[in-house]
Amino acid sequence: MKTLVWVEHDGSAIKDATYPAVTAAAKLGDVELLVAGAGVDAVAQAAAGIDGVTKVLVADDAAYANNLAENVAPLVVELMAERDAFVAAATTTGKNIAPRVAALLDVMQISEILSVEGPNSFTRPIYAGNAIATVTTSDTKLVLTVRGTAFDRAAATGGSATIEAVAATGDKGLSSFVGSEIAGSERPELTSAKIIVSGGRALGSEEQFHALIDPLADKLGAAVGASRAAVDAGYAPNDYQVGQTGKIVAPEVYIAVGISGAIQHLAGMKDSKVIVAINKDEDAPIFQVADVGLVGDLFNLVPELTAKL
Amino acid sequence: MKVLVPVKRVLDYNVKPRVKADGTGVDLANVKMSMNPFDEIAVEEAIRLKEKGVATEIVVVSIGEEKAKDTLRTALAMGADRAIHVVSDTKVEPLGVAKLLKAIADEEQPGLVILGKQAIDDDNNQTGQMLAALTGWAQGTFASKVEVQGDKVHVTREVDGGLETVALALPAIVTTDLRLNEPRYASLPNIMKAKSKPLAARTAAEYGVDVTPRLTNVKVEEPAKRQAGVKVADTDELVAKLKTLGVVA
Repeated sequence: MKTLVWVEHDGSAIKDATYPAVTAAAKLGDVELLVAGAGVDAVAQAAAGIDGVTKVLVADDAAYANNLAENVAPLVVELMAERDAFVAAATTTGKNIAPRVAALLDVMQISEILSVEGPNSFTRPIYAGNAIATVTTSDTKLVLTVRGTAFDRAAATGGSATIEAVAATGDKGLSSFVGSEIAGSERPELTSAKIIVSGGRALGSEEQFHALIDPLADKLGAAVGASRAAVDAGYAPNDYQVGQTGKIVAPEVYIAVGISGAIQHLAGMKDSKVIVAINKDEDAPIFQVADVGLVGDLFNLVPELTAKL
Repeated sequence: MKVLVPVKRVLDYNVKPRVKADGTGVDLANVKMSMNPFDEIAVEEAIRLKEKGVATEIVVVSIGEEKAKDTLRTALAMGADRAIHVVSDTKVEPLGVAKLLKAIADEEQPGLVILGKQAIDDDNNQTGQMLAALTGWAQGTFASKVEVQGDKVHVTREVDGGLETVALALPAIVTTDLRLNEPRYASLPNIMKAKSKPLAARTAAEYGVDVTPRLTNVKVEEPAKRQAGVKVADTDELVAKLKTLGVVA
């Protein structure tokens, strides 16, 4: 089987979510990568170094600068004439593009796969991860999005793929990029961090959220996350949200501070290797999934912990 | 402009899903069903566009079993003007739904189609993007802000790492994210009034759309359960525990 993996990048570097998608595709067959963008030589060079990749296709055109699905999908569809599976990370970019490709190919996409069981068989979460479905498809081509936390990352080096330019399919004139507000941060990215410190509504205010969570995260070199309750209360920005409606994470260590453990939050972090919970309510559901729990007042315990680390 | 809003009847988001013992799916017998929360946000957004004078008519659509009519009535009670029910006793996948919606869009000629970004049962997150592909229209997915400006709609999208704004030619497809708005509750008088609003029953065959599923659910299982661990007494013990786990040196 010939697979085509969407390389997610910011114009200069490959985003982490790409690597598990490569691993998933490699379970199906040969892996070719697609780098689409404007001025993406460096990204293409880096992509060619990913272990196990045979070829990197590069579509360098202004029409692809901002990942607009209206422009990118026709390009992918053209390349899929000679390939069997299109694979993208289940990020907001992958989720935006892949279904548009699938419908143009008349294929039913399989979303957020957790495992490859066979050439046409996969597992995926439904009902916010409260159930896992094993699905098979009768489509002859595959369109898949991949939950990054479910697959190992392909090695970024060791490969020596050939790089081939492909013709651009043009700007469809349907959409244009106006602007973005991407929060810059010195901390690791939430979805690829080894350690995450997450805060909940119990922190009480935006000031206290930052005063308690940030120093602990900095001490551990951790990313900062938040529960939906904390985000809705305005203590933390949207993109901090961990949960079914936010980001799905599975770090080595997840430290939940003042988070009760609503189902929708657990769905976003329950695959973490070690879960540590600090909460004043000893009956909080978070303790049912935590490997290590500490019951008490977070306003005393968190600064104490930060000082001792 | 006319706004088309597809809605889906799903297991209520407050109900914990229970996997059936025979592994065929999630038990939906005798449990509370409601409108998919992201679809409620879509209906609300359409109503707000009408209140601003941007939208002139709101048509809601649901595809599914007889009881999907209840969900349509809810949307009508919130403020939609009329409803189309494509009756289907079998499950229709996102691709089939998108094909039906394309046929309805051809008939209705909406300026905007607003959909929930995903249904909370199958979590596919596909239908809006697929409809955009089939209509050849632009798509603004995961919207947290929607502004119609002349012959374009500006959609602010919730993307990994922050927000992004795109300008789309109309007609366009928008899919809603959580923070777009807070849906209203239908008042009792409006619930009564909704009973007399038009609701048309149609079938997939009438639209000439083949909705044969492509996917088969071989089995549905409970996810592996985590075991509760230990509780420590104080931060000293916690630090010691983190050290044995290799988290800190």
